Amino acid sequence: MKQVDLVIIGGGSAGMAAAIQAYDEGIRDILILEKDARLGGILNQCIHNGFGLTEFKEELSGPEYLQRFVDQVKERGIKFKLQSFVLNITKDKVITYSNAEEGVVEIQAKAIVMATGCYERSAGAIQIPGDRPKGVITAGTAQKYLNINGYLVGKRVVILGSGDIGLIMARRMTLEGAKVLCVCELMPYSNGLQRNIAQCLNDFNIPLYLSHSISKIVGKEKLEKVVVSQVDEKFQFIPGTEMEFECDTLMLSIGLIPYVSLLNNIDCPTSSTRGAIVYDNMETMIDGIFACGNCLHVHDVVDFVTIEGRNAGHGAAQYIKEKEEHGSLKIEVDPNLAYVVPQFVRTPVKEDLTLKFRVRKEIRDKKVVVRHKDEVVFSQVKLVMIPSEMVILTIKKEKLQDITEPLKVSVEDR
Amino acid sequence: MKEMVCIVCPRGCHLTVDDNMNVTGNSCPRGAKYAISELTHPTRMVTSTVRISNRDNMVASVKTSEAIDKSKMFDVIKAVNKMSVKAPCHVGDILIKNIFDTGVDILITKDVE
Repeated sequence: MKQVDLVIIGGGSAGMAAAIQAYDEGIRDILILEKDARLGGILNQCIHNGFGLTEFKEELSGPEYLQRFVDQVKERGIKFKLQSFVLNITKDKVITYSNAEEGVVEIQAKAIVMATGCYERSAGAIQIPGDRPKGVITAGTAQKYLNINGYLVGKRVVILGSGDIGLIMARRMTLEGAKVLCVCELMPYSNGLQRNIAQCLNDFNIPLYLSHSISKIVGKEKLEKVVVSQVDEKFQFIPGTEMEFECDTLMLSIGLIPYVSLLNNIDCPTSSTRGAIVYDNMETMIDGIFACGNCLHVHDVVDFVTIEGRNAGHGAAQYIKEKEEHGSLKIEVDPNLAYVVPQFVRTPVKEDLTLKFRVRKEIRDKKVVVRHKDEVVFSQVKLVMIPSEMVILTIKKEKLQDITEPLKVSVEDR
Repeated sequence: MKEMVCIVCPRGCHLTVDDNMNVTGNSCPRGAKYAISELTHPTRMVTSTVRISNRDNMVASVKTSEAIDKSKMFDVIKAVNKMSVKAPCHVGDILIKNIFDTGVDILITKDVE
């Protein structure tokens, strides 16, 4: 069996960042396995502007952002295989992949970085009443057809879900000549960035109906119309609030889910994000297998995916060079927080600790406090925290030198 | 008095502009600049795709080199849809120079070999 030091599964933003970081720390025998025909992952279809503010201090389109990393991968001569799909991994880090030239191949890695991204929640996941005609499509699929292949999937569109991809696609399809009739959102607030509501909906007078959902899909073979109804606090449709929209496309932007089926096959413990539980170096609970990017938890901003990818690449490089025994302590969160990544910090702490989390609902004018026993090791005032924006904070390693108990993250009054 | 959401970066600050064009609610100078521009001369970055004459089933992404008059967004898309490029093309190649005499170029944003 062929041996490789580091195998990276997924050649998107997280995977490329991990590969580049590991290379720069001296690991030369690296292989990126990418299922698509090109590197870059989902950014290939995100042709809109706004990527790279943290990383490059400028605003780039998705393809421009990814190209900078493709160039870095190629400059270093890091090996990658395209259209190569990973079928299986084992706890002993044997990877089975297949592609057209080699057939089915097994390789042995010293370390693996999982950078497999996420997938869209589809129509099957939410039970919309009514018919099952063609014309119901996820926003990301419509985006791929339009921005990679050049096909507009419909002319009269209703969008369910106010996630950013749906908002971005509302603008994109409008500019290409489609009529976007409305966006309906089950929750009383939008899940998208405020600026996308401003520049993707308001600019084109597309109505956003909060606390609304699709109460009926109508269409024998092709979609003919949808019925939109208001919902109450328990998300039940309110009779008498129906609005009918004749349309040929119902586009779904109803959430993203980390893609972790390879990890599930080896019983890798996962958290409430559905991604793997990890230490601060992005190593999962399975020795030598690391995870980063959207397969760990879904990010809002690609720049932070890149940073997390580097962290995983750094962790994997250290693991390959010199495997160290370490202790670990849990990072606990109070009920205001939906999750935290990482869930464990290795001890003794040798590097600054970055924590990422989301709040469950909007929180204004509070502070985030991290405690070890009774001692405050971190405190920061946050004017606004909302579920759709990940919070990132960094605790200096000096504050964590003698920790012996779990760290506790909480939201408290100022 | 006018309220708006800043679209300069993903942060999305809530801006207020009073009658004397004083901006509040911004976290950075770019927000103030955006608010004034939005009230006097609104502009937007436009991104789209262009046909590749020698590739099937594939388009190349493009963008305006800087933000362009908001009222010209649809005209930009129409102009780009009349064009095509020939592969190979690269990030930064100019598709249309000085579109509608605005000083703004339409640039390719994707490498196609």
